[in-house]
Amino acid sequence: MFFTLPLVALLVRAPWGSALDIVREPAIRESLRLSLVCSFAATALSFVFGVPLAWVQARMSFPGRSLLRSITTLPVVLPPVVGGLALLLALGRNGIVGRWLFDSFGVRLPFSTAGAIIAETFVSMPFLVLSMEGAFAGSDLRLEEAAATLGASRWAVLTRVTLPNLRPALIAAGVLCWARALGEFGATITFAGNFPGTTQTVPLAVYQAFETNPPAAIVLSLVLVAISLTVLVTLRHRLVGRA
Amino acid sequence: MSNSRSRFLPIAVVLLAMVALTGVGPVSSAATKSTKAKAKTKSTAATAARPISAPSSAPITVASMTAPATTVPTPPFAGSITVFAAASLTASFTEIAAAFEKTNPGVKVALSFAGSSTLVTQIQNGAPADVFASADTNNMDKLAKARLIDGIASMFTRNRLMIVVPRGNPLRVQSLGDLAKPEVFVGLGAVGVPVGDYAREISARAGIDVKPKTLESSVSAIVTKAALREIDAGIVYVTDVAIDDYRVDGIAIPDAQNVVATYPIASLAASKNAATAKGFVTFTQGTIAQSILAKYKFLALK
Repeated sequence: MFFTLPLVALLVRAPWGSALDIVREPAIRESLRLSLVCSFAATALSFVFGVPLAWVQARMSFPGRSLLRSITTLPVVLPPVVGGLALLLALGRNGIVGRWLFDSFGVRLPFSTAGAIIAETFVSMPFLVLSMEGAFAGSDLRLEEAAATLGASRWAVLTRVTLPNLRPALIAAGVLCWARALGEFGATITFAGNFPGTTQTVPLAVYQAFETNPPAAIVLSLVLVAISLTVLVTLRHRLVGRA
Repeated sequence: MSNSRSRFLPIAVVLLAMVALTGVGPVSSAATKSTKAKAKTKSTAATAARPISAPSSAPITVASMTAPATTVPTPPFAGSITVFAAASLTASFTEIAAAFEKTNPGVKVALSFAGSSTLVTQIQNGAPADVFASADTNNMDKLAKARLIDGIASMFTRNRLMIVVPRGNPLRVQSLGDLAKPEVFVGLGAVGVPVGDYAREISARAGIDVKPKTLESSVSAIVTKAALREIDAGIVYVTDVAIDDYRVDGIAIPDAQNVVATYPIASLAASKNAATAKGFVTFTQGTIAQSILAKYKFLALK
Protein backbone atom coordinates (compact mmCIF):
# COMPACT_ATOMS: atom_id res chain seq x y z
CA MET A 1 0.00 0.00 0.00
CA PHE A 2 2.76 2.39 1.01
CA PHE A 3 4.55 1.80 -2.27
CA THR A 4 1.54 1.69 -4.55
CA LEU A 5 -0.22 4.81 -3.25
CA PRO A 6 2.18 7.37 -4.79
CA LEU A 7 1.97 5.45 -8.05
CA VAL A 8 -1.82 5.51 -7.91
CA ALA A 9 -1.69 9.27 -7.26
CA LEU A 10 0.39 9.75 -10.39
CA LEU A 11 -2.05 7.69 -12.41
CA VAL A 12 -5.09 9.48 -10.99
CA ARG A 13 -3.70 12.96 -11.61
CA ALA A 14 -2.26 12.19 -15.03
CA PRO A 15 -3.64 14.34 -17.85
CA TRP A 16 -4.54 11.31 -19.98
CA GLY A 17 -6.16 13.40 -22.69
CA SER A 18 -3.04 15.35 -23.50
CA ALA A 19 -0.46 12.75 -22.46
CA LEU A 20 0.50 11.85 -26.02
CA ASP A 21 0.87 15.49 -27.03
CA ILE A 22 3.12 16.10 -24.03
CA VAL A 23 5.36 13.16 -24.86
CA ARG A 24 5.59 14.48 -28.42
CA GLU A 25 6.80 17.92 -27.29
CA PRO A 26 10.34 18.50 -28.56
CA ALA A 27 11.68 19.51 -25.14
CA ILE A 28 10.26 16.39 -23.51
CA ARG A 29 11.52 14.10 -26.26
CA GLU A 30 14.91 15.74 -26.00
CA SER A 31 15.09 14.91 -22.30
CA LEU A 32 14.01 11.31 -22.98
CA ARG A 33 16.65 10.95 -25.68
CA LEU A 34 19.31 12.45 -23.43
CA SER A 35 18.31 10.20 -20.54
CA LEU A 36 18.66 7.09 -22.69
CA VAL A 37 22.02 8.20 -24.10
CA CYS A 38 23.44 9.10 -20.69
CA SER A 39 22.12 6.05 -18.84
CA PHE A 40 23.43 3.61 -21.46
CA ALA A 41 26.77 5.40 -21.62
CA ALA A 42 26.99 5.31 -17.81
CA THR A 43 26.17 1.58 -17.84
CA ALA A 44 28.82 0.92 -20.48
CA LEU A 45 31.41 2.82 -18.45
CA SER A 46 30.34 0.93 -15.35
CA PHE A 47 30.89 -2.41 -17.13
CA VAL A 48 34.32 -1.38 -18.36
CA PHE A 49 35.53 -0.23 -14.95
CA GLY A 50 33.13 -1.95 -12.59
CA VAL A 51 33.50 -5.59 -13.63
CA PRO A 52 37.31 -5.65 -13.21
CA LEU A 53 36.91 -3.78 -9.93
CA ALA A 54 34.37 -6.31 -8.70
CA TRP A 55 36.69 -9.14 -9.74
CA VAL A 56 39.59 -7.60 -7.85
CA GLN A 57 37.45 -7.11 -4.78
CA ALA A 58 36.07 -10.64 -4.86
CA ARG A 59 39.10 -12.68 -5.88
CA MET A 60 42.22 -10.93 -4.74
CA SER A 61 43.26 -10.48 -1.20
CA PHE A 62 45.47 -7.56 -0.41
CA PRO A 63 45.83 -5.07 2.42
CA GLY A 64 43.24 -2.32 2.23
CA ARG A 65 40.67 -4.46 0.45
CA SER A 66 37.92 -3.62 2.90
CA LEU A 67 38.80 0.07 2.62
CA LEU A 68 38.57 -0.16 -1.18
CA ARG A 69 35.26 -1.94 -0.79
CA SER A 70 33.91 0.82 1.48
CA ILE A 71 35.02 3.52 -0.92
CA THR A 72 33.45 1.89 -3.96
CA THR A 73 30.23 1.32 -2.02
CA LEU A 74 30.09 4.83 -0.60
CA PRO A 75 28.05 6.39 -3.43
CA VAL A 76 25.25 3.92 -2.65
CA VAL A 77 24.67 5.49 0.74
CA LEU A 78 25.90 9.01 -0.03
CA PRO A 79 23.19 11.56 -0.92
CA PRO A 80 23.64 12.08 -4.67
CA VAL A 81 23.80 15.86 -4.17
CA VAL A 82 26.87 15.35 -2.01
CA GLY A 83 28.31 13.19 -4.76
CA GLY A 84 27.64 15.95 -7.26
CA LEU A 85 29.23 18.55 -5.04
CA ALA A 86 32.29 16.35 -4.56
CA LEU A 87 32.53 15.79 -8.32
CA LEU A 88 32.30 19.55 -8.88
CA LEU A 89 35.13 20.20 -6.45
CA ALA A 90 37.20 17.44 -8.06
CA LEU A 91 36.40 17.70 -11.75
CA GLY A 92 34.84 21.16 -12.07
CA ARG A 93 36.77 23.80 -13.97
CA ASN A 94 38.21 25.04 -10.70
CA GLY A 95 38.38 21.58 -9.14
CA ILE A 96 41.55 19.87 -8.00
CA VAL A 97 41.78 17.71 -11.14
CA GLY A 98 39.34 19.65 -13.27
CA ARG A 99 41.57 22.74 -13.21
CA TRP A 100 44.38 20.72 -14.78
CA LEU A 101 42.01 19.12 -17.31
CA PHE A 102 40.85 22.57 -18.35
CA ASP A 103 44.26 24.25 -18.45
CA SER A 104 45.97 21.41 -20.30
CA PHE A 105 43.26 20.09 -22.57
CA GLY A 106 40.51 22.70 -22.45
CA VAL A 107 38.20 19.98 -21.11
CA ARG A 108 35.29 21.38 -19.19
CA LEU A 109 33.06 18.70 -17.74
CA PRO A 110 30.31 20.64 -15.92
CA PHE A 111 27.45 21.70 -18.20
CA SER A 112 28.37 19.04 -20.75
CA THR A 113 26.73 15.72 -21.60
CA ALA A 114 30.00 14.04 -20.61
CA GLY A 115 29.55 15.60 -17.17
CA ALA A 116 26.04 14.18 -16.90
CA ILE A 117 27.37 10.74 -17.86
CA ILE A 118 30.12 10.98 -15.23
CA ALA A 119 27.62 11.98 -12.56
CA GLU A 120 25.38 9.04 -13.46
CA THR A 121 28.33 6.64 -13.55
CA PHE A 122 29.50 7.83 -10.14
CA VAL A 123 26.14 7.05 -8.60
CA SER A 124 25.23 3.87 -10.50
CA MET A 125 28.50 1.95 -10.88
CA PRO A 126 28.60 0.86 -7.22
CA PHE A 127 25.38 -1.07 -7.77
CA LEU A 128 27.05 -3.04 -10.56
CA VAL A 129 30.20 -3.55 -8.53
CA LEU A 130 28.26 -4.76 -5.50
CA SER A 131 26.20 -7.31 -7.36
CA MET A 132 29.10 -8.50 -9.53
CA GLU A 133 31.34 -8.90 -6.52
CA GLY A 134 28.71 -11.15 -5.00
CA ALA A 135 28.49 -13.11 -8.22
CA PHE A 136 32.27 -13.56 -8.53
CA ALA A 137 32.49 -14.63 -4.91
CA GLY A 138 29.67 -17.11 -5.32
CA SER A 139 30.73 -18.67 -8.61
CA ASP A 140 32.15 -22.16 -8.67
CA LEU A 141 35.91 -21.98 -8.55
CA ARG A 142 36.29 -25.66 -9.45
CA LEU A 143 35.23 -24.99 -13.03
CA GLU A 144 37.95 -22.39 -13.39
CA GLU A 145 40.51 -24.66 -11.79
CA ALA A 146 39.51 -27.44 -14.16
CA ALA A 147 39.96 -25.12 -17.13
CA ALA A 148 43.34 -24.02 -15.82
CA THR A 149 44.57 -27.60 -15.36
CA LEU A 150 43.50 -28.26 -18.95
CA GLY A 151 45.96 -25.58 -20.01
CA ALA A 152 43.78 -22.53 -20.43
CA SER A 153 45.45 -19.19 -19.81
CA ARG A 154 44.08 -16.86 -17.14
CA TRP A 155 42.53 -14.67 -19.81
CA ALA A 156 40.94 -17.68 -21.52
CA VAL A 157 39.55 -18.84 -18.18
CA LEU A 158 38.05 -15.44 -17.58
CA THR A 159 36.49 -14.98 -21.00
CA ARG A 160 35.56 -18.61 -21.72
CA VAL A 161 34.55 -19.90 -18.31
CA THR A 162 34.05 -17.26 -15.62
CA LEU A 163 32.16 -14.58 -17.52
CA PRO A 164 29.90 -16.90 -19.55
CA ASN A 165 28.90 -18.62 -16.33
CA LEU A 166 28.05 -15.27 -14.83
CA ARG A 167 25.98 -14.07 -17.76
CA PRO A 168 22.71 -13.88 -15.81
CA ALA A 169 24.47 -12.00 -13.02
CA LEU A 170 26.05 -9.61 -15.53
CA ILE A 171 22.66 -8.87 -17.06
CA ALA A 172 21.02 -8.33 -13.68
CA ALA A 173 23.86 -6.10 -12.48
CA GLY A 174 23.77 -4.11 -15.71
CA VAL A 175 20.04 -3.56 -15.46
CA LEU A 176 20.25 -2.47 -11.85
CA CYS A 177 23.06 -0.06 -12.72
CA TRP A 178 21.21 1.26 -15.76
CA ALA A 179 17.98 1.80 -13.83
CA ARG A 180 19.86 3.74 -11.16
CA ALA A 181 21.58 5.85 -13.83
CA LEU A 182 18.26 6.55 -15.53
CA GLY A 183 16.77 7.90 -12.33
CA GLU A 184 19.82 9.92 -11.28
CA PHE A 185 19.01 13.50 -10.28
CA GLY A 186 21.02 15.03 -7.46
CA ALA A 187 24.54 14.45 -8.69
CA THR A 188 23.60 15.40 -12.24
CA ILE A 189 21.98 18.75 -11.41
CA THR A 190 24.75 19.65 -8.98
CA PHE A 191 27.70 18.64 -11.13
CA ALA A 192 26.44 18.91 -14.69
CA GLY A 193 23.88 21.68 -14.32
CA ASN A 194 20.55 21.81 -16.06
CA PHE A 195 20.18 22.61 -19.72
CA PRO A 196 17.80 21.05 -22.25
CA GLY A 197 19.64 18.94 -24.79
CA THR A 198 22.98 18.81 -22.95
CA THR A 199 22.38 17.92 -19.33
CA GLN A 200 18.64 18.03 -18.67
CA THR A 201 17.76 14.36 -18.32
CA VAL A 202 14.21 13.21 -17.56
CA PRO A 203 14.47 13.51 -13.75
CA LEU A 204 15.74 17.09 -14.12
CA ALA A 205 13.01 17.85 -16.63
CA VAL A 206 10.45 16.46 -14.16
CA TYR A 207 11.82 18.72 -11.43
CA GLN A 208 11.64 21.80 -13.62
CA ALA A 209 8.29 20.94 -15.20
CA PHE A 210 6.81 20.52 -11.73
CA GLU A 211 7.24 24.28 -11.30
CA THR A 212 6.20 25.44 -14.73
CA ASN A 213 4.08 22.69 -16.27
CA PRO A 214 2.86 20.15 -13.69
CA PRO A 215 0.90 17.95 -16.17
CA ALA A 216 4.10 17.43 -18.16
CA ALA A 217 5.91 16.53 -14.93
CA ILE A 218 3.32 13.84 -14.22
CA VAL A 219 3.46 12.39 -17.72
CA LEU A 220 7.26 12.30 -17.66
CA SER A 221 7.19 10.65 -14.25
CA LEU A 222 4.86 7.99 -15.57
CA VAL A 223 7.15 7.36 -18.54
CA LEU A 224 9.99 6.78 -16.08
CA VAL A 225 7.79 4.52 -13.96
CA ALA A 226 6.75 2.56 -17.05
CA ILE A 227 10.33 2.06 -18.20
CA SER A 228 11.53 1.03 -14.76
CA LEU A 229 8.57 -1.31 -14.14
CA THR A 230 8.98 -3.01 -17.50
CA VAL A 231 12.63 -3.67 -16.83
CA LEU A 232 12.12 -4.80 -13.26
CA VAL A 233 9.16 -7.04 -14.00
CA THR A 234 11.01 -8.74 -16.85
CA LEU A 235 14.08 -9.36 -14.73
CA ARG A 236 12.52 -9.74 -11.35
CA HIS A 237 13.24 -13.43 -10.92
CA ARG A 238 16.88 -12.81 -11.79
CA LEU A 239 17.30 -9.89 -9.41
CA VAL A 240 15.56 -11.54 -6.52
CA GLY A 241 16.46 -15.15 -7.27
CA ARG A 242 20.21 -14.63 -7.18
CA ALA A 243 20.49 -12.26 -4.28
CA MET B 1 8.71 -16.12 -14.93
CA SER B 2 5.27 -17.47 -14.06
CA ASN B 3 6.14 -16.83 -10.45
CA SER B 4 6.87 -13.15 -10.95
CA ARG B 5 3.84 -12.66 -13.16
CA SER B 6 1.51 -14.14 -10.61
CA ARG B 7 2.87 -11.75 -8.01
CA PHE B 8 2.53 -8.73 -10.22
CA LEU B 9 -0.98 -9.37 -11.50
CA PRO B 10 -2.90 -8.74 -8.26
CA ILE B 11 -1.10 -5.44 -7.82
CA ALA B 12 -2.04 -4.38 -11.31
CA VAL B 13 -5.66 -5.30 -10.68
CA VAL B 14 -5.72 -3.33 -7.44
CA LEU B 15 -4.15 -0.35 -9.19
CA LEU B 16 -6.69 -0.38 -11.97
CA ALA B 17 -9.56 -0.74 -9.55
CA MET B 18 -8.37 2.24 -7.53
CA VAL B 19 -8.05 4.35 -10.63
CA ALA B 20 -11.57 3.38 -11.67
CA LEU B 21 -12.98 4.16 -8.23
CA THR B 22 -11.40 7.55 -7.92
CA GLY B 23 -12.63 8.63 -11.30
CA VAL B 24 -9.94 9.12 -13.86
CA GLY B 25 -7.71 12.13 -14.06
CA PRO B 26 -8.34 15.84 -14.22
CA VAL B 27 -12.05 15.60 -13.39
CA SER B 28 -11.51 14.48 -9.84
CA SER B 29 -8.55 16.74 -9.20
CA ALA B 30 -10.47 19.75 -10.47
CA ALA B 31 -13.30 18.90 -8.12
CA THR B 32 -11.08 18.85 -5.05
CA LYS B 33 -9.48 22.10 -6.08
CA SER B 34 -12.76 23.98 -6.45
CA THR B 35 -13.99 22.96 -3.01
CA LYS B 36 -10.73 24.15 -1.56
CA ALA B 37 -11.02 27.44 -3.38
CA LYS B 38 -14.49 28.12 -1.98
CA ALA B 39 -13.10 28.25 1.50
CA LYS B 40 -11.57 31.64 0.96
CA THR B 41 -13.28 33.94 -1.46
CA LYS B 42 -12.64 37.47 -0.43
CA SER B 43 -14.05 40.39 -2.32
CA THR B 44 -11.25 42.33 -3.91
CA ALA B 45 -13.07 45.62 -4.33
CA ALA B 46 -9.98 47.33 -3.05
CA THR B 47 -9.65 51.02 -2.73
CA ALA B 48 -6.87 51.36 -5.26
CA ALA B 49 -4.50 53.36 -3.14
CA ARG B 50 -1.39 53.53 -5.27
CA PRO B 51 -0.92 51.22 -8.16
CA ILE B 52 2.71 50.35 -8.56
CA SER B 53 4.36 50.03 -11.90
CA ALA B 54 5.97 46.68 -12.55
CA PRO B 55 8.33 45.51 -15.29
CA SER B 56 6.67 46.11 -18.60
CA SER B 57 6.50 42.51 -19.73
CA ALA B 58 4.92 41.12 -16.58
CA PRO B 59 1.20 40.65 -17.03
CA ILE B 60 -0.46 42.23 -14.04
CA THR B 61 -3.72 41.21 -12.50
CA VAL B 62 -5.08 44.39 -11.03
CA ALA B 63 -6.56 42.72 -7.98
CA SER B 64 -3.25 41.51 -6.64
CA MET B 65 -1.23 44.54 -7.47
CA THR B 66 -2.55 47.29 -5.27
CA ALA B 67 -0.71 48.72 -2.32
CA PRO B 68 -1.13 48.03 1.43
CA ALA B 69 -4.34 46.44 2.61
CA THR B 70 -7.02 48.59 4.15
CA THR B 71 -7.10 46.97 7.58
CA VAL B 72 -3.82 47.44 9.37
CA PRO B 73 -3.17 44.63 11.85
CA THR B 74 -2.17 45.76 15.30
CA PRO B 75 0.27 44.27 17.77
CA PRO B 76 0.81 42.51 20.07
CA PHE B 77 1.41 39.53 17.80
CA ALA B 78 1.93 36.03 19.10
CA GLY B 79 2.83 32.52 18.06
CA SER B 80 5.00 31.43 15.21
CA ILE B 81 4.80 32.03 11.48
CA THR B 82 6.58 30.56 8.49
CA VAL B 83 7.74 32.95 5.81
CA PHE B 84 8.51 31.66 2.30
CA ALA B 85 10.74 34.19 0.59
CA ALA B 86 12.55 34.50 -2.73
CA ALA B 87 16.19 33.38 -2.65
CA SER B 88 17.35 36.96 -3.31
CA LEU B 89 15.84 37.96 0.05
CA THR B 90 17.92 35.47 2.05
CA ALA B 91 20.16 37.92 3.89
CA SER B 92 17.73 40.81 4.22
CA PHE B 93 14.77 38.72 5.38
CA THR B 94 16.88 36.86 7.91
CA GLU B 95 17.62 40.24 9.44
CA ILE B 96 14.06 41.55 9.05
CA ALA B 97 12.66 38.42 10.71
CA ALA B 98 15.04 38.91 13.63
CA ALA B 99 13.94 42.54 13.91
CA PHE B 100 10.28 41.48 13.81
CA GLU B 101 10.90 38.97 16.59
CA LYS B 102 12.67 41.63 18.62
CA THR B 103 9.81 44.12 18.15
CA ASN B 104 7.26 41.45 19.05
CA PRO B 105 8.59 39.36 21.94
CA GLY B 106 7.27 35.81 21.88
CA VAL B 107 6.85 35.71 18.13
CA LYS B 108 8.91 33.15 16.22
CA VAL B 109 9.54 33.51 12.50
CA ALA B 110 10.70 30.47 10.53
CA LEU B 111 12.16 31.23 7.12
CA SER B 112 12.38 29.17 3.97
CA PHE B 113 14.26 30.52 0.96
CA ALA B 114 14.19 29.16 -2.59
CA GLY B 115 13.44 30.31 -6.10
CA SER B 116 10.01 32.00 -6.10
CA SER B 117 8.65 29.41 -8.54
CA THR B 118 9.79 26.56 -6.29
CA LEU B 119 8.03 28.20 -3.35
CA VAL B 120 4.85 28.70 -5.36
CA THR B 121 4.83 25.00 -6.26
CA GLN B 122 5.29 24.10 -2.61
CA ILE B 123 2.47 26.41 -1.49
CA GLN B 124 0.17 25.08 -4.22
CA ASN B 125 0.83 21.62 -2.88
CA GLY B 126 -0.07 22.54 0.67
CA ALA B 127 3.21 23.59 2.27
CA PRO B 128 2.41 25.22 5.64
CA ALA B 129 3.46 28.80 4.96
CA ASP B 130 1.94 31.97 6.41
CA VAL B 131 3.62 34.61 4.27
CA PHE B 132 5.01 34.55 0.74
CA ALA B 133 7.42 37.14 -0.64
CA SER B 134 8.11 36.78 -4.35
CA ALA B 135 10.78 38.30 -6.57
CA ASP B 136 8.28 38.92 -9.33
CA THR B 137 4.60 39.56 -9.88
CA ASN B 138 4.11 36.50 -12.11
CA ASN B 139 4.65 34.03 -9.31
CA MET B 140 2.48 36.00 -6.88
CA ASP B 141 -0.22 36.11 -9.55
CA LYS B 142 -0.18 32.32 -9.75
CA LEU B 143 -1.10 32.15 -6.07
CA ALA B 144 -3.62 34.99 -6.39
CA LYS B 145 -5.37 33.20 -9.23
CA ALA B 146 -5.52 30.01 -7.19
CA ARG B 147 -7.03 32.07 -4.32
CA LEU B 148 -4.23 31.00 -2.07
CA ILE B 149 -3.35 34.44 -0.78
CA ASP B 150 -5.27 36.28 1.90
CA GLY B 151 -6.67 39.47 0.44
CA ILE B 152 -4.29 41.22 -1.88
CA ALA B 153 -0.55 41.28 -2.35
CA SER B 154 1.34 44.49 -1.77
CA MET B 155 4.70 45.66 -3.02
CA PHE B 156 7.46 46.16 -0.49
CA THR B 157 10.71 46.62 -2.37
CA ARG B 158 12.42 46.76 -5.74
CA ASN B 159 15.64 45.47 -7.18
CA ARG B 160 17.74 45.81 -10.31
CA LEU B 161 19.84 43.29 -12.16
CA MET B 162 23.49 43.10 -13.05
CA ILE B 163 25.99 40.76 -14.65
CA VAL B 164 27.78 38.52 -12.17
CA VAL B 165 31.25 37.18 -12.92
CA PRO B 166 33.79 35.22 -10.84
CA ARG B 167 36.04 37.41 -8.71
CA GLY B 168 38.62 39.06 -10.95
CA ASN B 169 36.47 38.59 -14.05
CA PRO B 170 38.82 36.11 -15.80
CA LEU B 171 37.17 36.42 -19.20
CA ARG B 172 36.97 40.23 -19.00
CA VAL B 173 33.25 40.40 -19.54
CA GLN B 174 32.42 44.09 -20.03
CA SER B 175 28.85 44.27 -21.22
CA LEU B 176 25.73 42.33 -22.05
CA GLY B 177 27.05 41.79 -25.57
CA ASP B 178 29.88 39.66 -24.18
CA LEU B 179 27.35 37.15 -22.84
CA ALA B 180 26.56 36.14 -26.41
CA LYS B 181 30.17 35.09 -27.07
CA PRO B 182 30.46 31.32 -27.41
CA GLU B 183 33.50 31.06 -25.11
CA VAL B 184 31.63 32.70 -22.25
CA PHE B 185 29.75 30.10 -20.19
CA VAL B 186 26.57 31.75 -19.01
CA GLY B 187 24.19 30.59 -16.28
CA LEU B 188 20.67 31.97 -16.05
CA GLY B 189 17.55 31.19 -14.04
CA ALA B 190 15.20 28.59 -15.47
CA VAL B 191 11.88 29.53 -17.08
CA GLY B 192 9.50 30.68 -14.36
CA VAL B 193 12.33 31.52 -11.96
CA PRO B 194 12.07 35.34 -11.68
CA VAL B 195 15.77 36.07 -12.14
CA GLY B 196 15.74 33.98 -15.32
CA ASP B 197 12.65 35.64 -16.73
CA TYR B 198 14.09 39.09 -15.99
CA ALA B 199 17.36 38.09 -17.67
CA ARG B 200 15.54 36.97 -20.79
CA GLU B 201 13.65 40.27 -20.81
CA ILE B 202 16.94 42.15 -20.54
CA SER B 203 18.62 40.22 -23.34
CA ALA B 204 15.56 40.75 -25.54
CA ARG B 205 15.75 44.49 -24.83
CA ALA B 206 19.45 44.55 -25.58
CA GLY B 207 18.86 42.54 -28.73
CA ILE B 208 21.43 39.90 -27.84
CA ASP B 209 21.13 36.16 -28.17
CA VAL B 210 22.46 34.63 -24.98
CA LYS B 211 22.87 30.85 -25.09
CA PRO B 212 23.15 29.78 -21.45
CA LYS B 213 24.90 26.55 -20.51
CA THR B 214 22.77 25.94 -17.48
CA LEU B 215 19.38 26.99 -16.14
CA GLU B 216 19.39 27.18 -12.37
CA SER B 217 16.43 27.00 -10.02
CA SER B 218 17.31 30.06 -7.97
CA VAL B 219 19.50 33.14 -8.06
CA SER B 220 21.66 31.73 -5.25
CA ALA B 221 22.66 28.77 -7.42
CA ILE B 222 23.85 31.12 -10.19
CA VAL B 223 25.94 33.20 -7.78
CA THR B 224 27.47 30.04 -6.27
CA LYS B 225 28.42 28.65 -9.68
CA ALA B 226 30.01 31.99 -10.58
CA ALA B 227 31.90 32.01 -7.28
CA LEU B 228 33.14 28.47 -8.03
CA ARG B 229 34.23 29.73 -11.48
CA GLU B 230 32.14 27.07 -13.16
CA ILE B 231 30.28 29.73 -15.12
CA ASP B 232 31.95 32.84 -16.54
CA ALA B 233 28.92 35.08 -16.25
CA GLY B 234 25.31 35.18 -15.20
CA ILE B 235 22.54 37.70 -14.68
CA VAL B 236 21.51 38.17 -11.05
CA TYR B 237 20.21 40.89 -8.75
CA VAL B 238 22.37 43.83 -7.72
CA THR B 239 21.74 42.78 -4.12
CA ASP B 240 23.25 39.31 -4.62
CA VAL B 241 26.50 40.75 -5.93
CA ALA B 242 26.57 43.19 -3.01
CA ILE B 243 26.32 40.36 -0.43
CA ASP B 244 28.86 38.09 -2.13
CA ASP B 245 31.29 40.79 -3.26
CA TYR B 246 34.17 38.89 -1.69
CA ARG B 247 33.78 36.04 -4.17
CA VAL B 248 32.08 37.55 -7.21
CA ASP B 249 32.24 40.80 -9.16
CA GLY B 250 29.37 42.65 -10.78
CA ILE B 251 29.08 44.58 -14.01
CA ALA B 252 26.32 47.13 -14.25
CA ILE B 253 23.63 46.84 -16.91
CA PRO B 254 22.66 50.20 -18.45
CA ASP B 255 19.25 51.55 -17.41
CA ALA B 256 18.00 51.41 -20.98
CA GLN B 257 18.31 47.63 -20.96
CA ASN B 258 17.83 46.89 -17.28
CA VAL B 259 14.54 45.97 -15.69
CA VAL B 260 13.22 46.82 -12.26
CA ALA B 261 12.18 43.77 -10.30
CA THR B 262 9.22 44.55 -8.08
CA TYR B 263 8.75 42.33 -5.01
CA PRO B 264 5.22 41.60 -3.80
CA ILE B 265 4.41 40.10 -0.42
CA ALA B 266 1.18 38.58 0.91
CA SER B 267 -0.15 36.61 3.81
CA LEU B 268 -1.57 33.27 2.76
CA ALA B 269 -5.15 32.10 2.94
CA ALA B 270 -4.19 28.86 4.65
CA SER B 271 -2.35 30.63 7.47
CA LYS B 272 -3.32 29.51 10.96
CA ASN B 273 -1.89 32.71 12.40
CA ALA B 274 -3.33 35.33 10.08
CA ALA B 275 -2.91 38.26 12.47
CA THR B 276 0.82 37.76 12.93
CA ALA B 277 1.24 36.93 9.24
CA LYS B 278 -0.40 40.22 8.30
CA GLY B 279 1.65 41.96 10.95
CA PHE B 280 4.82 40.66 9.29
CA VAL B 281 3.63 41.82 5.87
CA THR B 282 3.03 45.31 7.23
CA PHE B 283 6.36 45.22 9.05
CA THR B 284 8.25 44.71 5.76
CA GLN B 285 6.86 48.04 4.59
CA GLY B 286 7.79 49.89 7.77
CA THR B 287 10.88 51.97 8.43
CA ILE B 288 12.91 49.26 10.21
CA ALA B 289 12.53 46.72 7.41
CA GLN B 290 12.96 49.32 4.70
CA SER B 291 16.24 50.50 6.15
CA ILE B 292 17.47 46.89 6.33
CA LEU B 293 16.49 46.40 2.68
CA ALA B 294 18.24 49.64 1.73
CA LYS B 295 21.38 48.42 3.49
CA TYR B 296 21.39 45.41 1.16
CA LYS B 297 21.02 47.73 -1.87
CA PHE B 298 17.35 47.09 -2.53
CA LEU B 299 15.55 50.11 -4.03
CA ALA B 300 12.79 51.84 -2.12
CA LEU B 301 9.36 51.89 -3.69
CA LYS B 302 8.74 54.95 -5.78
